[in-house]
Parts: sequence; C-alpha cells; structure tokens
Amino acid sequence: MTKYRFKDRITPSAGAVAIFSLAALSWSQNALGAESVTAVSWGGSYARACTKAIHEPFTAETGIEVRMEDYNGGLAQIRAQVETGNVHWDVVDLEMADAVLGCDEGLLEPIDAAHLPPGPDGTPAEEDFFPETLTECGIGVVYYSTIYAYNEEKFSGSKPATIGDFFDLEKFPGRRGMRRTPVVNLEFALMADGVPMKQVYATLDTPEGVDRAFRKLDTIKEQIIWWEAGAQPPQMLADGEVVMSTAYNGRIFNAQILEKQPFVVVWDGQVLDWGQTGIVAGTRNLEAARKFVAFGARTESMAAIGRYISYSPVRRSGTALISTHLETGVDMKPHMPTTPANVARALHSDWEWWSDHSDEMNERFSAWLAR
Amino acid sequence: MAGALRKPQLRAAALVLPLSAFILATFVAPLVTMLTRSVYDPMVADTLPETLALLHDWDGQSTPSEAVFETASREMVRAREDRSLGRVATRVNRVESGLRSVIMKSARRLHRVKEVDSWREAMISIEPEWGEAKTWRAIQRAGERITTRHYLHALDLQRDADGSIVLQPPQRRVYLPLLKRTLAVSLGITVLCLLLGYPLAYLIAHAPPRRANLLLLLVLVPFWTSLLVRTTSWIVLLQTEGVVNDTLVALGLIADENRISMIYNMTGTVVAMTHVLLPFMVLPVYSVMRTIPPLYMSAAASLGASFPQAFRRVYWPQTLPGVGAGSLLVFILSIGYYITPALVGGQSGQLISNMIAYHMQQSLNWGLAAALGSILLGCVVALYLLYDRVVGIDRMRLG
Amino acid sequence: MTVSGSGWERAGRVSYLAFCIAVFLFLIAPILVIVPLSFNVEPYFTFTEGMLRLDPEAYSLRWYRTVAEDEEWRRALVNSLIIGIAATALATTLGTLAALGLASPAMPGRPLAMSLLISPMVTPVIISAAGMFFFYSKMGLAQTHLGLILAHAALGTPFVVITVTATLAGFDANLTRAAASLGAGPVRTFARVQLPIIAPGVVSGALFAFATSFDEVVTVLFIGGLDQRTVPRQMWSGIREEISPAILAVATFLIAFALIFMLVVERLRRRASG
Repeated sequence: MTKYRFKDRITPSAGAVAIFSLAALSWSQNALGAESVTAVSWGGSYARACTKAIHEPFTAETGIEVRMEDYNGGLAQIRAQVETGNVHWDVVDLEMADAVLGCDEGLLEPIDAAHLPPGPDGTPAEEDFFPETLTECGIGVVYYSTIYAYNEEKFSGSKPATIGDFFDLEKFPGRRGMRRTPVVNLEFALMADGVPMKQVYATLDTPEGVDRAFRKLDTIKEQIIWWEAGAQPPQMLADGEVVMSTAYNGRIFNAQILEKQPFVVVWDGQVLDWGQTGIVAGTRNLEAARKFVAFGARTESMAAIGRYISYSPVRRSGTALISTHLETGVDMKPHMPTTPANVARALHSDWEWWSDHSDEMNERFSAWLAR
Repeated sequence: MAGALRKPQLRAAALVLPLSAFILATFVAPLVTMLTRSVYDPMVADTLPETLALLHDWDGQSTPSEAVFETASREMVRAREDRSLGRVATRVNRVESGLRSVIMKSARRLHRVKEVDSWREAMISIEPEWGEAKTWRAIQRAGERITTRHYLHALDLQRDADGSIVLQPPQRRVYLPLLKRTLAVSLGITVLCLLLGYPLAYLIAHAPPRRANLLLLLVLVPFWTSLLVRTTSWIVLLQTEGVVNDTLVALGLIADENRISMIYNMTGTVVAMTHVLLPFMVLPVYSVMRTIPPLYMSAAASLGASFPQAFRRVYWPQTLPGVGAGSLLVFILSIGYYITPALVGGQSGQLISNMIAYHMQQSLNWGLAAALGSILLGCVVALYLLYDRVVGIDRMRLG
Repeated sequence: MTVSGSGWERAGRVSYLAFCIAVFLFLIAPILVIVPLSFNVEPYFTFTEGMLRLDPEAYSLRWYRTVAEDEEWRRALVNSLIIGIAATALATTLGTLAALGLASPAMPGRPLAMSLLISPMVTPVIISAAGMFFFYSKMGLAQTHLGLILAHAALGTPFVVITVTATLAGFDANLTRAAASLGAGPVRTFARVQLPIIAPGVVSGALFAFATSFDEVVTVLFIGGLDQRTVPRQMWSGIREEISPAILAVATFLIAFALIFMLVVERLRRRASG
C-alpha cells in the first residue's frame, strides 16, 4: 500500500516548517539583542569608503555594530517604515531635497547641532560646517558632484572639455550615459545651451526655460543610455556601452585609480551638491544612531572618507585635512570637486527649487522619455 | 428531503469557507484598500479644516477675506508643529507646482509672528503667491476628502480655471500614451505568440505520443524556469557585449562599433516577454488540437481539398476555442507585466505597470498609483469576464 | 497526416519543421546558454576563446564558491525556504480543503466561489502587491516574514485549487459513500479514500505553490524589508545594479531546481490521468 506513505511524509514536512519558523523567530530576536545601527547608503565604492572610514572605527570605539544596506535614494522606503511603525533603518544618507522633505513630513528625527563635535581647534560645529550643510534633521557629510566623464580610448583626436561637448554629437559621436532623472540633467542641458551658470535656475523657473532644457536634451536623446545606481556609469564606460557618461565624481575616481581605467573627468559645468545624513524617526536605536551620526560628523571622519574616495568634507576645518589616497598614495586635491580650480566651474545645486518642482519635472521627464 | 440536501451543501460550503475567508483577508481586502485610496484622501481636509470651511463661501476669484488668512496661518503653524504640514504641502504642490516651498517657508516665518494688524498682508509679504486666487483654489482642490483628481490625473485630464475638465496639452500627456502603448505591445506580443505557438502546438498535437511528451516538456521548461533566470538569459544574450552581438562580430556580419542594441529598449521587452508568455499560448491551443479527430482532415483531403483549403475550412475553425483562450491569457498577462520590462525595457520599453511601481516606490504619489492600478485592474477584470464567457474559468488548467 | 509527395509540399514540410525547430531553440537556448557561462573563469558574460576550445582552464567553480561563501545569498536562501515552505503549507492545506468542497456537486454558488479563489492568479501581481502594500502596512504586516508568507500563500492557493480539482474531476463519489456506509467517519474517509486519490494533485499543487513563492519578487519588493530578502529579490538587485557572473551560478542552480520540479509534476500528472 504505497498510497499510505504519502500521509507519513506530511509529518516531517510540517516538522520542518516548525523548525524553520522557530529558527526565524530566534534569529530575529538575536538581531534585536545586540546593540547595532543599520546604516543605509549609496552602495558600491562610496559604501566601501564609509565602511573603512567611519563604520569600522566607530565599532572599534563604541562596540556598536554597524549593519549596511544599499539604496538608490528617495523617501519611499523610509516612509513605509515610519508609517508602519516598523523601522528597520536607523541612519540614512540622503540627497539634500529628500532630507528637507523627510524632515518636513516627520520621517526624520531632528538633530540638535549643538551636540555635534566641535572642530579640531574647538570651533563649534554650527560655525565650522559650511552654510546650509546643517539642516533641522540632516547633517552634511561630504561634497560630491555630478560630472561627466569619458573613456579616453574612444577619442583619438580632440577630447571633450566643456559641458557643451557632452551634447555635441558631431564632434564626439557615440552613446552617452545619463542618470534617469531630470535632476542635474536639466541644468546640464541649459548650461550646454549657453545659459550662464547664475541664470540656470531662474531660467528653469519659467515654462519656456523648461521647454528649452528638454529641447536640448532632445538633440542627444537617441544616444542616451539611462542609469540609476551610482555604480553603473563606470561599468558602462568600461564595457564600452557608452563613450561618455554623467557620473558621481568619486565613482569615476575609484575606477581610474583602483582599476586603472582610462577615464577622464570633465569638471566644466559640474553640479555640486552635498550628502546629508539623517536619523529615521521612530528608530529603536536612537541613542546608538545619535552616537553614530555624531561620530560621522567629526572632521576626522569626513577627512577619512576622502582618503578612499574623492569627496571632500563639508566642514571648514576639513579642507586642510585633504591628503592622499590611502591605498595608492595619489594626491586627492586635484580630484576633489571643491578644489578651487574645479569649483570655479561648478553650478551649486538648488535643492529648494527641486523640492518644489521635482514632482512636476519627474512627470514631464517620464512623458518625454516615453515619447 | 430538504434537510438531507442541505447537509452536503453545508459541508461543501464549510470546506470552501476557510480559503474564501483567507483570500478575502489577505488578497481582496488589499485590493479594496487600493480602490479606496484612489478616491479618498483626508490628509489636507483633516489638517486645515477651518480654513477649508471658510473657503467654502469664497467666490473663487478674489483674494479671500482676512478671516481665511488668519485661520490658515494658525492652522499651518500648528500643523508645522505636529509635523503634518509637510504632507499637506506635498499634496497641494501636486495640484499646483511651486506651492510646497510657499507653504513651508510661510509656516516657518509665521511661527515667529505673534501679533499683526493684517494676516493677509503678513502672508502676502512673505510669499506673494498668497495674493493669487489659484493658490487658494489649489488648497481647496487638495482639500477634497473624496476626490476624482487622481483619476483625472491618471487619464491625463485636468480642471482648468473655471473647473471644467479638459485634456492636458500634448507635451504633458503621460498616461494615455502609455496605456495605448501597453495595449499595443500586448496585442503585438499576443500575435507573435500565436504565430510562433500555433505551428508548434500543431507539431506536438500530431506527433506520436512519446515524442509529443518530450516536446511538451521542452515547452514546459521555460514555463517552470524562474522568471528572473529567463530575464538574465536575455540580458546575457542580447546586450551590446553579449553572446549574439559577439557572435555576429566574430562572424564578420557586423562591425565591432556597430553592435546592435537589442536590449534595454522595446525590442528587449517584446523578445523577453514573448519568450515568457509563449507556453501560455502553446498549451491551450495544443489541448484543443489534441481533441480534433484526424478523420476530419483526411475526409476533407479525400474530397479533393488541398491541405491549405482543408486547413482553413476544417481545421482552423475547430482550434478557435484554443486560440481564443491562449490569446486572451497572453493578453491579460502581458498588460499587467512588470518584471521583464523593468529589467530589460530600458526607457522605451516601459509599460503602465512600471509607472504604477514608479509612483508607489519613487514619487510616493500613492493616490495616483492606486488610480492607475484600479484602471488596470478594471481592464483585467473586463478581459477576464470575456475569458470566462469564451473559455469558462472552470476549464483553467495548468500545463 | 499523409501527404502526397510533390516537390512543393515537401518544401513546405521541411520549412515548417525548420520553423518549429527554430521556435524550440528560441524557447530553450536562452536558458541553456546560462549554464556553461556560469562556469566561466573570467568575469564576463560571453564565451571566451578558451571556453570554445573546451579548455578546462577556462572553466571554474569560482562563481559558485562566491555565492556559497556570501552571507547575503545564504540568508536569502534561508528566507526563501522559510517563506516558501510556510506559504506552501498554508496554501496546500486551505487549497485542498476548498477543492474538496468545490468538487462536491452540492456546492452552492460554485462559479462565484471559483472566481474568488482563482482571482489572485489572474490579477497582475503589480496590482496585488500595491494593494498589499497599503493594507499590510496598516496591519503592521509589512516588512515581516508573516506578511510575506500570507501574501505568497494567497498567490499560491489558486494553483492548489486547480490541480486538486482536476484530480477530483475523475474521482468516483461512490467511493466516499461506500466508505461512509462501512462506518468510516468523515476524517477517516478522507485519509483512507480521498487523500490517496488526490495525493498527486495535492503534491503538484504544493510544488506549484512553492515554485510561485520561490520565484516571486514583486511582493517582496513592495512589502519585504532587509530581513525578508529572498533569492529572487537578491537576483533582482544583482541584475539591476552590478550584474556579476555569480548571478549566473544562482540561475543555473534555479534551472536545475525547476527541471526537477517540472519532472516530478509531469510524473504525478501522468500517474493521475492513468
């Protein structure tokens, strides 16, 4: 009677379920037991730099474990966690506009700047941080910039040098990578179209200005490959998928230095921004998270990031600490977006304009993409 | 007699009840929540109740009265304190771009204002937008508790200044073109599946049993293989540095710099989705073909009909139920497809479901996502009812 | 079909067969291509010269080691198993009971009940996932294993209902009555008479339900958190972010898994249909 055996087999599988459920239960309780913070960041080489520069020394100093997770920005996951009261993330790296929106919507804990560590010479944090880099719920971390970079091997004659060249298909044919968002791309388009840097956001404030930016993007649309994660552009350049791409400057730097890729950064028209770090409202590890954020806000911590990737401190006292790349000894100064020669050609991103217009621009952008 | 009848009825119903309750709780309730979300949004109405009540009597054109300004500033300051103002500002901003920072900045400043002669002047001096009627109209519209604005938005409609519903200007239309494209692509994929699947089903249906079983297994392999695995395969095959391009270059058919873009665009979406959905066409067509006695075709042949004639007149009409079932199934599955276009569709290969995911996960415009989802759900339910009439739900089989 | 062999007809038959072979290749080849590439010693997705020469040096288990040693993949596998097994147990139990009821000729409102029970299968998963996100968040089930187990069980039950109903279609109700008349209670009748007959359907349905959960990524994306990352979820970010050959190793494993499942289900179905 083989048929009866089937019934006997149910019991072991039910047992397996029970064991698995128990394992799951005890496992999640373990996760609660040890003191730890979950830090969420942009992944790839930036996350690796943070691990070395901040997470490991932080754990060594405090015994608090740091768990890492990657994301591509946006407030959706934070909102889902806060609104369900099921907060798994503690500390998050955010774009400026998101840090402000998140604070306004109560998704982030306010952080008192008075409790942040002073500079090495004793200057209070509030004075030591560059203007605007401290907000109600966000602490500035490092300056980064969106630049465009090209693969030197793809151009034998003249090389791209200005933001206009990115849009010049005749002089520099080939596919381009761009981040799939209107942010930065609209600014690039207007600058390439001859709008002076100081006029960029004033121009975008008018419907004609937005049309103009999209018309400029139209001229290269067929040649654009869109990326989303910061790790993609160096890979696309290396694979030959594109000949040039917009990218975060640090990602290109790492590919140049560590992987010896023949990439060149064009600083002209770079859009300068800074990362914010915030604490998710309702975290169960508020004290640990505060300690973690304060640790990351030290001048030395910011400077330490700059020894792994070319992002520079948002504190005045940090500028003097920019030194060399730890693994290769390369001088970091020429690679930093804030080095005087580079910053002279930079547009400062206007987060307030974007916090007002991102919904509208995103929609317009997706309509434009789909056409 | 009646009692004897009722008992097995009760028993059958009792057996079905637990699962029905389970599906209602874990599946239907979520769908109902989504439908509710698409028309109901109390956030602004709950946060600015008195302002909205006062605006009720406003003519919609002039600058509102001092009382409106006074109440609005009080309610905004209070909402800022309990951190709900950000969400209100986001909603108003969706009606009229630019008002987010107007609201947030004003509340921040008004917070410090204790005593003024005129709240109207105070607010207008902080942000001149407060003097414009359209700012207040936007607040009114965002304050509707039960609202059609998400559906209007999802159908590229808008209300103009005097409140009548008009189509968006062409460069701002997003969803109608996308919906049209989704339907067109689904239709294309259905036709493609039919063209590829029908001959295949014919071959299997008329093969000797052992070979038919083997061939059927070949159709089932992709059916069982993980969707993500199949999508990965297509990326590996079709990308610029992928197997197909490499082979073409190695054979000298194309130059190294002219590699063909076959993925991260509509081609990628169509190829990968056809691959995924083909078994759903082959299987129903095959199961109908298997029931057609070969006698009919030989009878037609013996009456002098050529194969094409016999096929068109005798065979094809008998397979129509299978063709209808397969086509509807493929069409239903493709209009709701998400994963494949998201991974291999690039930008031009995105479908309506990707837009739902976008509003769920990125823009956080959940009301709009719910409205788009409900519209898509409506399409699927309509097609499903059609399927039920053509095929019958009871006859749904797997493999 | 017997066809008299004129030249045209033969050409037609040959091109028809060629067409069918091409379509079969279209179905199978993309899946098979992955397998050898997962043994590539280089971090590329193309056949290197060494691979084409069948040089053993060009092949390695490197990517399998990478996956096996990776804590994240291991955790993903554990999550997939926990969620998959629990969802399958739930779906199979509820689905089998319901199928027994549906198969009874006495079942009132059968078409309506069937529509309800099948609905999770025909609703586009993006819509289900969006709705579940709203609802499960409100219930505190988002970002929990339990939430995903319930979601996957709901998506898996239609498969159980359909396969079990199919086996019951050929079931002789007289057997139940005979057992009852011999004094067997309903539980005994079920265990001794019905269960052995529907067992192939139950097992197939369970395998379908497990495969559904094991391959499901959309609800995981919407309602799962860091602690609920499953194998497909891990693959999803792998494909989106940095597609590494390690993905191909996982894919090969999943293909083997799918083949085994498919063969078992086919076996069971043949046995059930006699």
